[in-house]
This record gives sequence, structure tokens and C-alpha cells, in this order.
Amino acid sequence: MIVRISTEGQYELGPEDTDKLNELDNKAVSACNADTEEQFRAAFSELLDFVRHRGHPVPEDELGPSDVILPPPDTSIEEARAEFTGEGLIPG
Amino acid sequence: MPGLSGRMSTIVKSKISKLLDRAEDPGETLEYSYQKQIELLQNVKKGIADVVTSKKRLQLQEENIKQQVVKLDTQARQALAAGQEDLARTALERKNVAQTELQSLDGQVAQLEQQQEQMTASEQKLRSKIEQFRSKKEVIKAQYSAAEAQVRISEAATGVGEEMADVGLAMQRAVDKTENMKARADAVGELEASGAFEDLTALGPGEDDIDRQLKQLSSTTEVDAELEKMKAELGGGAPAAAGELGAGDAAAPAEEVHGEDGVKSPPIPPAEPAQKAHEGEAH
Repeated sequence: MIVRISTEGQYELGPEDTDKLNELDNKAVSACNADTEEQFRAAFSELLDFVRHRGHPVPEDELGPSDVILPPPDTSIEEARAEFTGEGLIPG
Repeated sequence: MPGLSGRMSTIVKSKISKLLDRAEDPGETLEYSYQKQIELLQNVKKGIADVVTSKKRLQLQEENIKQQVVKLDTQARQALAAGQEDLARTALERKNVAQTELQSLDGQVAQLEQQQEQMTASEQKLRSKIEQFRSKKEVIKAQYSAAEAQVRISEAATGVGEEMADVGLAMQRAVDKTENMKARADAVGELEASGAFEDLTALGPGEDDIDRQLKQLSSTTEVDAELEKMKAELGGGAPAAAGELGAGDAAAPAEEVHGEDGVKSPPIPPAEPAQKAHEGEAH
């Protein structure tokens, strides 16, 4: 499974990591809906670090699409909330 | 997949398909993607130039404000030496505002520097991706039959499209931040132009809007503390120096002269220190 961290790069993760990735992703979503900036940051960082540590960076000369795309590491809680109210990080 | 990644993936994919739908035959898709990448690279370069310009502008403002801080400090000392405490207080209040501004400018310059680095890294990455794409598209065109090419091309184009969308996103975020910085730089420029950090001697007798704003802005306790410190430094003999205000620190050295002689004495051999020290001074 290829996971892209937006503005950072692509990582290849094994199929065994899918469940954990899903779990962390959902945790980040509930943090962005319910909690403070700090708590969201902690949950989101956990998700990003999981991808960075479990995954292997995809070589520069590979031009394949990703299965999953994560928002940029510097996403704020407001931006993350906007993601779910439809505006999104990439308008247009 | 739901969650943050699901939303993000959907958005990026719709962006890519919009990008690629414009071209119909495979060869055209490849050329179109390639042209788009070149355009994007130009935008990245322009973005970097913008960041550098904003940074230079803020650095220039920093220099100006630094000079104002020195000037206001000197003016406060002069005013205090001349016994005009109110004037000294106003000068310190202005210095306080200028220093706060300076701190915030420092942070912004550092942020812009970071952005410049990030964008330069993006540019290099994009450049190498484009180079790979260029050679790949020639291989695809030459090697595959139309049916095969369609699949290969859509794969390569989607990957490249994603990469482009990603670099585009990084650029957009950098540009948004730079816009904020520019607005900030404009605001500081206006504040400067309004005379907020200006020479105190240009100040009229009554209080103007800026004075009132300054009083609200600056922390009174900080100013009080600095005023007290300055008074202590100036000591009791200050009024005598009031005639030579031009020199800025003129009042202080008069007090420190004796102290400095005392400090110079120790290197002289301990045998007859008092005598030699006095001889040195006698002219």
C-alpha cells in the first residue's frame, strides 16, 4: 500500500499496517472534531510518525499513484475541520 | 478509507482527473502533463523569488526599527538627564513598541527562511520528477501499442498528476503564508510611515492618536521599570550634563570615570600601587 504524506512524499507500507493506519486516522478525525489544537496535533503526529517509521520511502524515480493521501504535516485543527465541512485543503 | 486520508485522497484524485481529462489521445495526455509540469516549475521559481523579496523587505524594516530603538533610548536618557521625565517616558513607551515589533519581525524572517528552504527543496524534487517523466514519456510513446500505451500512460500520468497536485499544494500553502507576511510587512510599513517609531523631537506639544495608542500598546510596568533603571544609571549628577545632549550617553561616563581608574589599577605590581596609580593620573 502506497501512502502519501502531502507536501512530504510517498511511503510503502505492508498490508498488515492497514488496520493500525485506519485506527490512527480515525483517532485524528475524532480529535479534530472534539478536542483542542494540542490534542489534535498529538493524534495527527502519531498517524504521521506511524507512516514514516513503518513505511519505506518510495524511490524518486517511481511515478505511481498513492492508495491513501494524508494532509500536510503542518495542517492546523481549523484546516482539518474544514476538510470535513467540505471546503478542503485544495479548493477548486 | 474514511478519515482524514479518505477525504484528502478524494480531493486530490478529483483534482488529478480534472487535470488529465482535458487531453484525449494518449500522446496528447503525455505532452499536456509535461507542459503543466514545466509551468508548475516556473511558478515554484517565481514563488521562491517572492519569498526572498518579502524576506529582504522585512530585514530592511528590522534595520530601520533597530536604529529607532537606539535613537529612542538615547532620547530617553537625554530627556531624563534634562529632568523631563514625561518626555523620557514617552520615548521609552515608543521604544517598547518598537522592540515588540522587532521581536515579531525576527520570528517572521525565520519563518520565511524556512519557507524558502522548503520551496527550494520542492523545486529540486519537482525538477527531478519532470526529468524522469520526460524520459518515461518518450519510452512509452516508442514502445507500446496504442492499447497498452493507454494503460501505461494513465498510470504514469496519474502518478505524475498526484506529484504535481502535491507540489501545487505545497506551493499554495507557502504562497498563502507569504501573503500573510506581506500584509504584515505592509502594516509595519504604515506604522513606520505614521511616525510611531519616529524622532521624539518631531513630536508636537499635545498628545496625538499615536501617543494614545502607544500608551495602550506598551506595557506600563515595563516602561516604569526601565525608567527607574535609567534613573539609577544616571545617578544624581545628571543635570550638569544637560548641556551636551548631542552625545547621547554623555551623562553616564561622568559617573563611571572614577570606577574605571580603580579597575585599571590591579595589573600594577603590588609594591607601590597607590603611588603609581596617582602618578599615571597626574598631568
